[in-house]
Parts: sequence; C-alpha cells; structure tokens
Amino acid sequence: MPINITMPALSPTMEEGNMAKWHVKEGDKVSAGDVIAEIETDKATMEVEAVDEGTVGKIVIPEGTASVKVNELIAILLEDGEDASALSGGAAPKAEAAPAAAVPAPAAAQSAAPAAAAPAGPAPVTASGDRVFSSPLARRLAKQAGLDIAAISGTGPKGRVVKSDVEKAIASGTGKAAAPAAEAPKAAAAAPAAAAPAGPSKDQVLKLFEEGSYELEPHDGMRKTIAKRLTESKQTIPHFYVSVDCELDALLALRVQLNDAAPKDKDGKPAYKLSVNDMTIKALALALRDVPDANVSWTDDAMVKHKHADVGVAVSIPGGLITPIIRKAEAKALSVISNEMKDMGARAKSKKLKPEEYQGGTTAVSNMGMMGVKNFAAVVNPPHATILAVGAGEKRPVVRNDALAIATVMTVTLSTDHRCVDGALGAELLQAFKGYIENPMSMLV
Amino acid sequence: MADTNYDVLIIGSGPGGYVTAIRAAQLGLKTAIVEREHLGGICLNWGCIPTKALLRSAEIMDHANHAKSYGLTLEGKMTAKVEDVVARSRGVSARLNGGVGFLMKKNKIDVIWGEAKVTKPGEIVVGASSKPAVQPQNPVPKGVKGEGTYTAKHIIVATGARPRALPGIEPDGKLIWTYFEAMKPDFMPKSLVVMGSGAIGIEFASFYRSMGVDVTVVEVMSQVMPVEDAEISAIARKALEKRGMKILTEAKVAKVEKGSNSIKAHVETKDGKVQVIEADRLISAVGVVGNIENLGLEALGVKTDRGCIVIDGYGKTNVAGLYAIGDVAGPPMLAHKAEHEGVICIEKIAGVPNVHPMDKGKIPGCTYCNPQVASVGLTEAKAKEQGREIRVGRFSFGANGKAIALGEDNGLIKTIFDKKTGELIGAHMVGAEVTELIQGFVVAMNLETTEEDLMHTIFPHPTLSEMMKESVLDAYGKVLNA
Repeated sequence: MPINITMPALSPTMEEGNMAKWHVKEGDKVSAGDVIAEIETDKATMEVEAVDEGTVGKIVIPEGTASVKVNELIAILLEDGEDASALSGGAAPKAEAAPAAAVPAPAAAQSAAPAAAAPAGPAPVTASGDRVFSSPLARRLAKQAGLDIAAISGTGPKGRVVKSDVEKAIASGTGKAAAPAAEAPKAAAAAPAAAAPAGPSKDQVLKLFEEGSYELEPHDGMRKTIAKRLTESKQTIPHFYVSVDCELDALLALRVQLNDAAPKDKDGKPAYKLSVNDMTIKALALALRDVPDANVSWTDDAMVKHKHADVGVAVSIPGGLITPIIRKAEAKALSVISNEMKDMGARAKSKKLKPEEYQGGTTAVSNMGMMGVKNFAAVVNPPHATILAVGAGEKRPVVRNDALAIATVMTVTLSTDHRCVDGALGAELLQAFKGYIENPMSMLV
Repeated sequence: MADTNYDVLIIGSGPGGYVTAIRAAQLGLKTAIVEREHLGGICLNWGCIPTKALLRSAEIMDHANHAKSYGLTLEGKMTAKVEDVVARSRGVSARLNGGVGFLMKKNKIDVIWGEAKVTKPGEIVVGASSKPAVQPQNPVPKGVKGEGTYTAKHIIVATGARPRALPGIEPDGKLIWTYFEAMKPDFMPKSLVVMGSGAIGIEFASFYRSMGVDVTVVEVMSQVMPVEDAEISAIARKALEKRGMKILTEAKVAKVEKGSNSIKAHVETKDGKVQVIEADRLISAVGVVGNIENLGLEALGVKTDRGCIVIDGYGKTNVAGLYAIGDVAGPPMLAHKAEHEGVICIEKIAGVPNVHPMDKGKIPGCTYCNPQVASVGLTEAKAKEQGREIRVGRFSFGANGKAIALGEDNGLIKTIFDKKTGELIGAHMVGAEVTELIQGFVVAMNLETTEEDLMHTIFPHPTLSEMMKESVLDAYGKVLNA
C-alpha cells in the first residue's frame, strides 16, 4: 500500500512551508532516517527525514513550491513490491498511512504530535482547518464592515465567530481589513497572522516606476513573516519609548579584566570572550528579575507574568533578521550567555536555528552600536512586552561635580507595549538596567 | 450524623430547579433540591403539562364536531365527562411528577422536603411548608431528607411564581378561580368570564369554549395575547370569535358581584360604558408574581424589582453565593427560559468555559389555544420602535397543500428580517401546529442564519413547515405559491 508523505509541522505553530529542495527523485530507494527534502519555514530551513522505507513513487509538490500547507500531500512512497501502477486509479491512497515524514531530532518529539493527528481527514490533499467556523450573519456583518472574518476571534461554541464577536471587533476597531482579493477565509488558527497588511497593491506601486528600471524579487518566508509580524505589532500594540544614557567605562574595564582571566585550552583559545552585547543581555535579564511587573506578555484575558527572563537577541542575517533567545538569562553566567550567543548567532546566519530557539521569549535586545548608530527605537515583537534598542558606546562630554569630564556613554531606548508596561514601570526597568551597566560587578554576584 | 453540606442547594424543583440540579450533578457537584409541595413545580403539576392534556381533549372534541366536513359521521352527540377529562389530565401530571423523582434518584440528587429559608449566605433552614398543598397532591417521594439546617457554597433560588390577585377581585377558589381551580373543575360551568388574555387566560378560554361553555374574555390591552405581533393576534382573535368566544379588549373588570352560585362582572370599556356580564364563574388570569417571600431574602439584602429577584446574565444576585433563576428572577416567565437560565447559572458556577449570558431576544413563546400561536424575537411593531429597517414576509395557511389537506387552512406565518444584514429578527405564527413549527426558526436565529441560508434549506413536502420557507421567500419578493 503506498504511503503518503505529507508536509510535516516542523513547529507547533507552523502552518505552511516552502518546498526548498528535494534530496530524492522519483524511483529512488529510501530508508528510514534518510534526508529526503528540505523545507523552508518562515525563519529556518529544516531537513525532512523518511520514517518508512520504500521507493519514491511520486513527487507531488515540486521543488521551489512556496506556501505548502501543513499536512498537504507532498510525495508518495511505494512499499516493497509495489510499482508505479499502485499510484494509478486516481485516488490518492487513503489517509490511514501514518505521516511518513518526521523532522530531525530534537524537534521531532514536539512536532510529531500535531502532524500525526492531522491525517485523520478524508482527503489528505486538503489541508486541515481551512475553514473558519463562523455564523452566516457574522460573515455577512464582517463583509459589510470590510473585515477579515479569520482575524476575529470567536466566542461561540468551539470558537465559532458569532455576531457579537464581529460587533465587538467593529466597535473596538480591532478587526483587520479583509485582503483586497480575499480568497477563501484563512484558517482560524492563522487568525492573528492571516490578514496581510493592506498596503498599496503591486500594480499600484509598479506603475510609479518606469518599466525596466527595477527587478522584482519575490518575498521569501522570512520577509513575509517580518512584514506580517511587525505590521501587526505596530497596528495592535500601543508603543511608547523611554531613553536613558549609560556610562560604560566601568563595564569596559571589567570586560577586559574578565576576558584576560578566561582560562585557555591547550591551543591557547580562551574559554570565552565576552562582548558588550553579552553584558547588555545579562543586565536586561537581571533588571527584569528585579522589576518582575515588566516581565510580562499581554493577552486579552490576562497578564502573563513570566518567571524567567528569556531574552531574544536580534541577529541580522542576509535577507532579514532573526531573534534567537537566551532562555533564563537572569540565571546564566556571562560566559554561558556569551557562548550560547556565538553558537546561535552562527547558526542563525546559516538558517539552521530550530523553531524553539527563536520562538517565544519575554523581551529582546537589538544592538546597532557596532554600526555606529547613536540612538533608535525598535518595534516590540509580541509576545514580548519590551525591546531594548542599544546604540553605540562613544566618548562624550559629561558633567561630573559641576565640571566637564569625558566618559564612554551609550544611549539605550526601551520600546514597550503600553497595554502591559506603563511609563513609570518602563522607567523603573531602565533604571535597574542602568544600575547593572554602570556597576557591572553587581552582575557577577 | 447525616451529611448536610452540599456544593449546590436549589430551592424549588420546577422545570428550572430540577433541570439545574441534573446539570449540576452532571458537572460533578454535590447537589440537593428543596421542594415543599410537588416535584416538577407548577409547570408539570398545575401549569404547562396538565393544561396541554385538557387542551388535547378539547382538540379531539373540536375535530369530532367537524367530523362531517371530513366525510365522517358520528352517531349521536360527542359529550365531555368533566371528571374523566380532569382525571386524564391529573394522570399525565402524576406520571411526570414520578419521572422527576426518578431523575433525581438517578442523578444522585438529594431531595429535601419542606420550605427553605436562607438564614445566611451558604445556609438554609428547611421547615414545614407555610402553604397548604393544592389538592389532589401526589404522594411525597420516598427517601427524601427532612427538616433541618443545610449548607452549600452556592444556593440557587428557583421558587417560581403564583397567580397575581387583583384587589377586590381576589380569587376565592369557589366563584373566582385561578388556574388551580380552572384545571380541575368539578362541574362544567355554562358560562365563564376570563379576565386576562395572556397565554394562561386564552388557553383556558379556548378549552372551555371547546367544551361548549359560553366564554367572555376581558382584556385591558388593545389586543388578545398582548405580547404577540398585532397582525397574528388579530387573526387569532377572529378565529376565536368565529368559534363563538366573546372578546372585549381595552376593557377592564371593575367589580365582581358574587351570587350564591354565579358572578356578575362589571366590565368597563374604553368609552366609559359599563356592562354587566353574568356568568357561573370568573377565571382570574392577570399574570403571575414571583415567590420571593418567606425566603429570608430581605434580611440578606437581596435586591428585588417589581416582585422579582434582580440577577445578572448568569443568575447571580447582589449577594455572593446566592443565585436566582426562572420566574422568580423575572420575565418572561416561561419554563424553557427557566431551564436555560438554570443551565447557564450552574455552568458558570462550575467554571465551564465560554458560558454565554442569557439572550432574552431568542426565547420562543407558545400558546396552545385553537388556533395555536407561536413566536420568537421581535414583533413588527417592536422592530420598528427600535428604529430598525426591516423586511417582512408573510405566508397564509390557505396556500399550503398540507394545511388544506388537514382542513386547517386558516393561519399565517410571518417573518421579520433586518433589511441591511438579513438577520432573522422575528418569526410569528398562528394556525394549526405552529407551536411545533416555531423551533425551526429558533434554531435558525440561534445559529445566526440569514435569509440566504434559509432559502438554501430544503423543507420537506408536503408539510406545514414549507410555509416557513415561503414566508422567508416572500420577505425577499421570491414567494412561489402565492
């Protein structure tokens, strides 16, 4: 009996992925564990392994296909003794076959569950959950108001979107405009992300430029995700900003001292080399520990109060950026933070981060100091409530005891989600942060 | 020592109380219900159910009286033996009363026999009933708990309502009846005055008229069944009058003179004239009032309004741990409203996710007179009063094949849609079996269908229900068979 290979869910939140590369072709024999394909998700490229052995009977989704829904049939594997005729007869094999693809460990354990549950649907080619449960009246009201029903969360039975939900969305202005060429409503699960930013259309933009004066480069998954998430953030999160100057001389001196003291292995390579950024991460984590009310995430029903400071660090990579997360940074030694950052930074650049390494987090740091930027404000990346934008450390005149002096000063700007972190609280957090930066020894005890 | 502590104590075992108790038990709560008189409450002992039994006798009588029009000849005259008609009705009640007892046992709900008083939040004291039981009474169920003090985290008051009495025309149980006496007449009066034409009044008027009684209905409002759509009410009135009922609207019983075995009702009409109607009995059906007395509510400071306990959408009163549902918690005073209110209340208490508050705009109402009347949502007048732009559809029984075949070709189905959104905001019916039809529209409203979905729904042929679809089509100028 032929085995269906479906688009695996490589992370619990993954809804679709791009078929980046096939490592096998029709007729190839594969055994369990062989890498058969590479899937590009919004922020990472992941390998797909075969979980059964057999011969690749048919590749359904060709290489380079974008936005393949999770659980969509991507290939069919023939078992021993079956030939291509098993594929004929039109109907794709029944869905009883277990999902024939799994992701490499360690993500496998997490992602196997959602993937395994899905093929229960009668037609494997149809992505599950393509329907938004909503009442006819809710759909009509949303349509009349120009809202995307998929972006409205439902309070009816089993999350069905009902009249009152649409009325609430209209009244509060929280609804998302329906995409101009709205096809079938997107999956309800995709609600927060479904509505595309309703900017000018491609044609509207292109007609402003002379033909031939530009090239079109289609968006990849990362670009789309950045656009979607940041638009959503700026539209739904009331941002406000608090800036403070921090003197760095003590921190720079301590950094030299600590790096000089790093034990070296037999090749003379030090066990760690701390950067200012590593110390910034630690200082922010400790500040969040000290001001726990700022270590939160907003949800409509309740404030999520985090017990640890998981600090995302924006890493610029070709074509975009990604924020690997230092978990429980408040409890980690500087050397541990530094080495984790090096490892994840390198893997971010080669798009080899696992979803659980860049999803979540309670805050973030974006550092443009190395590029000479003096001061900037970053966009909060939910579920974070804050993000710290770090400028360059530079020598500036400062007034000390009524006399001018020279100090190395760095300006930082905290962007906060005002729904959960108010002005005074943001200021309190920055004060705590400044305390650690200017008295860096306190980070060590 | 007996265990007297519960998660939930429910006072009153009417349709609201006993259904709430069952749902509570399903949710794993330790539940007891207190009843002073009869499991099932007024509804199934002295209300909804026994009157349906009486009206069934009336219906068969009506059919028999028209046998000839169906090509049938009845030898001799059809007569009603009043004691047998009443006995059947009481039998129906007794059977259901026993059924509630069984359901309590099956769901391991303790039944506490007596009258409850809330002594403090979380505690009730059950004593002897202060009200003499209406006779004939069903036997006290076996295995009930007795008088004493009981405690519970949550106390739900579901004590229902009783007939309202007008000053000077107080029911005396002999010449001036309430539904209690009207339900078990020991003789068939020759003539009756029915004061009030709400569901209770008009159902009794209809029953007694079918039994050949000379019935006069006196209503203070401008139409019979004042809560119903005016157009529907007018059709019902005409049909009732055709059956020989006398109906006086915008009229008021000012005074009742009692004779030895008859009454003289002084009825004042709008023009100020007073006519004296002589009749054997008068039925007082001028509404019901909540049973909020002797419960200790005043001492606890429970907020009440016009004889009913004030609650939020989930049955909560202003006193923590004290809830109220059903008639005692305000209108509409209907069994199915009480049941649903109770389920909402207990699910909220148990922390069931996504419990929605009561939506009073979607509670159907049914009146079982001949012809029947049923409705849900806004009347045409109410919709206009709210300033809504509407579309109205109508379809008459006279154009429906099944209705003609049944010999029931008088009636109307009326639908009201919001013009802008296509939301079904009201449905009103008069005619044969409409009390069974209305639920189709109630489901449609609850699922928030629009006219489009109703038009795409296939209704079986030949049925009375086809008129529902035709009425929807008519609202949009697409009616087929008219």
